[in-house]
Amino acid sequence: EADSDGAPSILVPGAVPRRQLCFAWGPAEVLVCETLFGRAGTGEGAPSTSRVFVVRRDQDIYIQTLRKLFNESHGIFMGLQRSEEELAGKSRKAQLVQVSKNYRSVIRACMEDMHQAAISTRDPALQGQYSTQVSILSAMELIWNLCEILFVEAAAAGPLLLRLLDWVRLHVCDVDSMVREVLSSENPSKHKLFWNVVDIFVLQGRMDEARHLLSKEASANPTSMNMYKILDDLMKKMPVPSLGNTQTLTELELKWQHWHEECQRYLQDGTFASNPHMESICKILLGDEDAILEKKELMTTWYHFLVTRLLYSHPTVKPMELRFYAQSSMDLFLGGESSPEPLDMILMAAFEFEMHQVIKECSIVLSNWWFVAHLTDLLDHCKLLQSHNLYFGSNMREFLLLEYASGLFSHHSLWQLGVDYFDHCPQYGRVYLELHIERIPLSTEQKALKVLRICEQRQMHEQVRSICKIMAMKALRNNRLGSALSWSIRAKDAAFATLISDRFLKDYCERGCFSDLDLIDNLGPSMLLSDRLTFLGKYREFHRLYGEKRFPEAARLLLTLMTAHIAPCSFWMTLLTDALPLLEQKEVIFSAEQTYELMRCLEDLTAGNPDKQKFQDDDVETTKVEMLRLALARNLARVIVKEGTVEGS
Amino acid sequence: HGDVSAKFCSRRSADALRPLPPRLQSPDVFATAGTTICDNRISIWSSGDLGNAGLNGEYHGEPRLLCDIQHNGDVMDMQFLDQERIVVASSTGTVTIFRHHQNNQTLSANHRWEKAHYHVDQDTSCGGAACTGVVCSNPEIVTVGEDGRINLFRADQKDAVRTIDNADSSTLHAVTFLRTTEILTVNSIGQLKIWDLRHQRNEPSQIFSLAGDRVPLHCVDRHPNQQHIVATGGQDGMLSIWDIRQGTMPVSLLNAHEAEMWEVHFHPSDPDHLFTCSEDGSLWHWDASTNVSEKPSFLHQGGRSTAYLSHSTINQSVVSAWLSNDPTKDRMEITNLIPNQTLSVNSLDVLGPCLVYGTDTEAIYVNRQLFA
Repeated sequence: EADSDGAPSILVPGAVPRRQLCFAWGPAEVLVCETLFGRAGTGEGAPSTSRVFVVRRDQDIYIQTLRKLFNESHGIFMGLQRSEEELAGKSRKAQLVQVSKNYRSVIRACMEDMHQAAISTRDPALQGQYSTQVSILSAMELIWNLCEILFVEAAAAGPLLLRLLDWVRLHVCDVDSMVREVLSSENPSKHKLFWNVVDIFVLQGRMDEARHLLSKEASANPTSMNMYKILDDLMKKMPVPSLGNTQTLTELELKWQHWHEECQRYLQDGTFASNPHMESICKILLGDEDAILEKKELMTTWYHFLVTRLLYSHPTVKPMELRFYAQSSMDLFLGGESSPEPLDMILMAAFEFEMHQVIKECSIVLSNWWFVAHLTDLLDHCKLLQSHNLYFGSNMREFLLLEYASGLFSHHSLWQLGVDYFDHCPQYGRVYLELHIERIPLSTEQKALKVLRICEQRQMHEQVRSICKIMAMKALRNNRLGSALSWSIRAKDAAFATLISDRFLKDYCERGCFSDLDLIDNLGPSMLLSDRLTFLGKYREFHRLYGEKRFPEAARLLLTLMTAHIAPCSFWMTLLTDALPLLEQKEVIFSAEQTYELMRCLEDLTAGNPDKQKFQDDDVETTKVEMLRLALARNLARVIVKEGTVEGS
Repeated sequence: HGDVSAKFCSRRSADALRPLPPRLQSPDVFATAGTTICDNRISIWSSGDLGNAGLNGEYHGEPRLLCDIQHNGDVMDMQFLDQERIVVASSTGTVTIFRHHQNNQTLSANHRWEKAHYHVDQDTSCGGAACTGVVCSNPEIVTVGEDGRINLFRADQKDAVRTIDNADSSTLHAVTFLRTTEILTVNSIGQLKIWDLRHQRNEPSQIFSLAGDRVPLHCVDRHPNQQHIVATGGQDGMLSIWDIRQGTMPVSLLNAHEAEMWEVHFHPSDPDHLFTCSEDGSLWHWDASTNVSEKPSFLHQGGRSTAYLSHSTINQSVVSAWLSNDPTKDRMEITNLIPNQTLSVNSLDVLGPCLVYGTDTEAIYVNRQLFA
């Protein structure tokens, strides 16, 4: 519904009418929620049910077939960005025209799919929606095609008219069904639509087809044979511009003048006087505006009228002259009865070579940025847009691409296309990408991996760290320590690796055994990521060595863990306790040096700052320390004796 | 070789293909998973004989949708259990069997194991963990997930036959059968593990890993005939070939793709051919048949052993080109089947002469003349 200003207002279903609402803009939607305050003037306020509404406007993203448009045009866009810039002149132009044609064929393919969907659906609302989309796509293709002729190909006088004729034939009116109807009837020349078809052929410059139909009339009506022969001859001889360089414009103009005069003579002689249809055709051939205007219903649009006029009065029209003819054609055709529609204004802007106007009008009329973004990009590659700087700094092409790509990011799978578009926006693309990519919901690990890959390829280190941290925290909360470690390794996040190792060690202290041995035993070089992780790996190795009864090695390792300060101080007690069984072995394992080291560690641990005093308070701890001191002393005694003894070797 | 297969590539940008896996039921029929406006759907397509075969048996038409059905959550993996049933692994942790009724071309959900994979607490609403891989050997189904859990189901039984909780401390990315009672899994800390399902203990019987960085492994496949040959693909795009009879290290490491390798498949009837697809947007065909100058003849389904002998010397096929020490020395021809792809190829499947793969540009591609 629209309020008095014409701005649309939206009813939020479920919102309590007495409350004021507050809102916040999002990338593609508005978040609305109820506040404590009553409506202005009522003064009532009370706690509400605290609901948040998501109001979304852009339906285009969610319509099925447009996704095909987005996906396929992405491929064409990328191809264009990567295409050879070194090609100059004709080959570059041909390449750009091909790109334009590719875009158009994608639009047409989508139109076809949308049309199929409209036919096959049984829901009238959906059918209406599809049909609307079909007409919008059709208008888009119409505009794009005209832009291709005038801007991309920049057809010169001569070929310009031929292209415009093609354009009209392709888009403007649906002749084929009429033709079929007439041709398939028993007596075509007696069909009520017969002359309509002939007229439209003439209006569209389809001389051969017109002549073919006329011959049927002639054979049915021998009396008009003479007239027919003359008309047929005139139509056959009509000079038209050619695509190749077989004649210059001046030659064409001369020939055309000649032919025009010949037609004039026949008309003035009254050759066709007895057959009003044929007379009307002759007048059309002469470019008589009134005669052409009489066929308004057949032509249906002012631009068809324009092209027909040009064909029969000025076939060598130059591109810059189009604007005058276009304006007058529109005025004559509409005749003050109806006012121009947005589509008419856009086409007019194109005929006037006002590219910026075309883009501006299209932006206003169309509901998403797809069309203007891609068209502007193409025109930019044709070097047609001056760097038209907008007041906030980026140029028009970039602005439109940024808007389009941002829209893609609100969709759960089209965002990947958006990344490529941002890549090709030199000024702000990277910043936009950085902001958007962090907000993609990471519902599965595979999605997170894709996002990470994109960030890594673009050296977006902050985002890599941030995403890995999010995934690692999620994994940690779910007790997937291996996954968490794997994410920390990817981000080279030493701090997090330390966190995970502490978790493992905590688990060990609580349970007395390691969980996830498959991980700790197989850390490999990633062990070096953080000191704590290294400690964890080495500590596990110690346990393994002990289990394999390789005591001397185990002892050495244990000592290194403490003396090289790989072990955190909090763990030293545990390590020393682990040394106990080694000290108690029958065979002496620790050398004197090592025993002194151990003793020193123990003293370091128990002496010193008040924090460590709490060891003394705890009975169990005191007993442990005592036992250690005893074992160390005993070991020292034994080893001194052993080392002091002179043995065989 | 590359040009020919591109010519016969028929492309269908179907109703939204979101990453996932296309799977071949027979050379004419394949299943895909995709997203529409608000839900995910499993679809069955016929790429088959719509009567459009040209002079040389070329196929020019587009695949035709036969039927589809709604699915909860993203499809992470799927595999055909038999000619009619397909098992689908969901990102919600649910495993579902769908039955394709060929007489009236419909799909129905046949059986569902809810919360087959979950984090910490099975009963919390958000506790579901994605089920990342599924493999079938009728009637047994094995699934693995982000929760590090391995489940063994039987198609007709309501509850899991066996569950190994905490089988792995990291995410299990893929699973495949090694022998009828043994499975292979790969995980995100770069380990390949063999599990013997006959034993009741919850430990792998063997662990293999790459030296160097623990690069996550994303996919695994076993050679169809020589069961000791296993291929894995990693996050760095590296293809590793393992001989699990010997050692814990791979036999060869082939620098393949520039980004994650999502799937690796030996051709089921001609295992000298291997296919890999990757996040970098390429799909590679690895041809290890010895005499690469001689194109292999068109393969028939039943002629498996004859095809082997006809274009390779007997000695070579016994030893298998995959295990030779220098696979790059004019033994392997590697072709990228997609010259212009821009976004990731997420999944592929191959059967007979038919190759089907899906990409992030929401398109499914079918190539029906793989070896022509």
